[in-house]
Amino acid sequence: MERGVNMPTFDPKIIAFCCDQSGYPAADMAGSLKLTLPENVEIVRVPCAGRIETIYLLKALEMGADGVLIFACYEENCQFLRGNLRAKGRLSYAHRMLEKIGLEKERLEICHLATNSGVRWAEVLQRKSEQLRKLGPNPGKI
Amino acid sequence: MIKAEQKPMEEMLKYLDPYNKVLLSGCGACVTVCHAGGEKEVGLLASALRMARQKIGKKLEVLEATPTRQCEPEFALELAETVEKVEAVVSIACGVGVQTLVRHFPKTPIYPGVNTTFLGETVAQGLWEERCQACGNCVLEKTGGICPIARCAKQLLNGPCGGSSKGKCEIKREADCAWQLIYDRLKALNQLYQMEQIIPAKRWGVESRDSGLRRIVREDLNL
Repeated sequence: MERGVNMPTFDPKIIAFCCDQSGYPAADMAGSLKLTLPENVEIVRVPCAGRIETIYLLKALEMGADGVLIFACYEENCQFLRGNLRAKGRLSYAHRMLEKIGLEKERLEICHLATNSGVRWAEVLQRKSEQLRKLGPNPGKI
Repeated sequence: MIKAEQKPMEEMLKYLDPYNKVLLSGCGACVTVCHAGGEKEVGLLASALRMARQKIGKKLEVLEATPTRQCEPEFALELAETVEKVEAVVSIACGVGVQTLVRHFPKTPIYPGVNTTFLGETVAQGLWEERCQACGNCVLEKTGGICPIARCAKQLLNGPCGGSSKGKCEIKREADCAWQLIYDRLKALNQLYQMEQIIPAKRWGVESRDSGLRRIVREDLNL
């Protein structure tokens, strides 16, 4: 992306945890379709959203991310039955922790999608990037 | 096991305000089981504390440790080297663990990171309920194995009271009436005759906390 005088100077760093059964194939599809993505995205492939511990979410923010997205399977569609629900529960705990320390909970989000949701995957990332740009850099990053 | 809940963040940030480098110590025993002070919670709280302080421009270095059982001297002393490197310690073990550190590290301020709440049972995943008040003289053999000291709001030894309604307690309506539970249990065991036996008043001043610090001595175990 070419930076002009009026272009925003802050590219939010987003960590995208992608479930191997949905988020990752969707990312793959987005790549095949050559969809426009935010510049500063790091994909972390996980075997199931249930693998994502609460600490991963906080550590991502602490180590420099401005926002974190979890791409998980639709509810009741988890190959391991409740991995996506576990991720949702852990996200809600992380939200409570962010509230306690005065960080915006919008920095952490879960998105449920399917293998063929490449377009949605890209759209959600774009929207998240815009939202984080408005929020500004993560003040908790070390 | 001992149950605990994390202290409010503002409270911890307030007492940590003068420090720049602290140790956050959990415990691998009871508080791990109730998800209040185990290794995972140490990681989460340490990360949250670092970010909270970073946000206000006062960087806080937080070292992390989780001894197997903080209330045992052997394990608590494993922290000695790390304690020397920090200005203060936050312990998210129970109150016993905190005081074990206090005893062994007299020159370092030790702060509690959890509120030790009760002795309880895991009723379901994420749900714990009080079961014992360590009253010092167990009456479970007389009450069908259900404790009226811990589970009856009025600690009645000969219940139920007039406030028991449809099996629920009048003080805390969502709670089961302990004496209803005792009655149902004794009935199921065919031991309802136990209800007719009067349980004498407990000697709170002799066997319980009211007589001051309690202590157990086993001379045969002395080294």
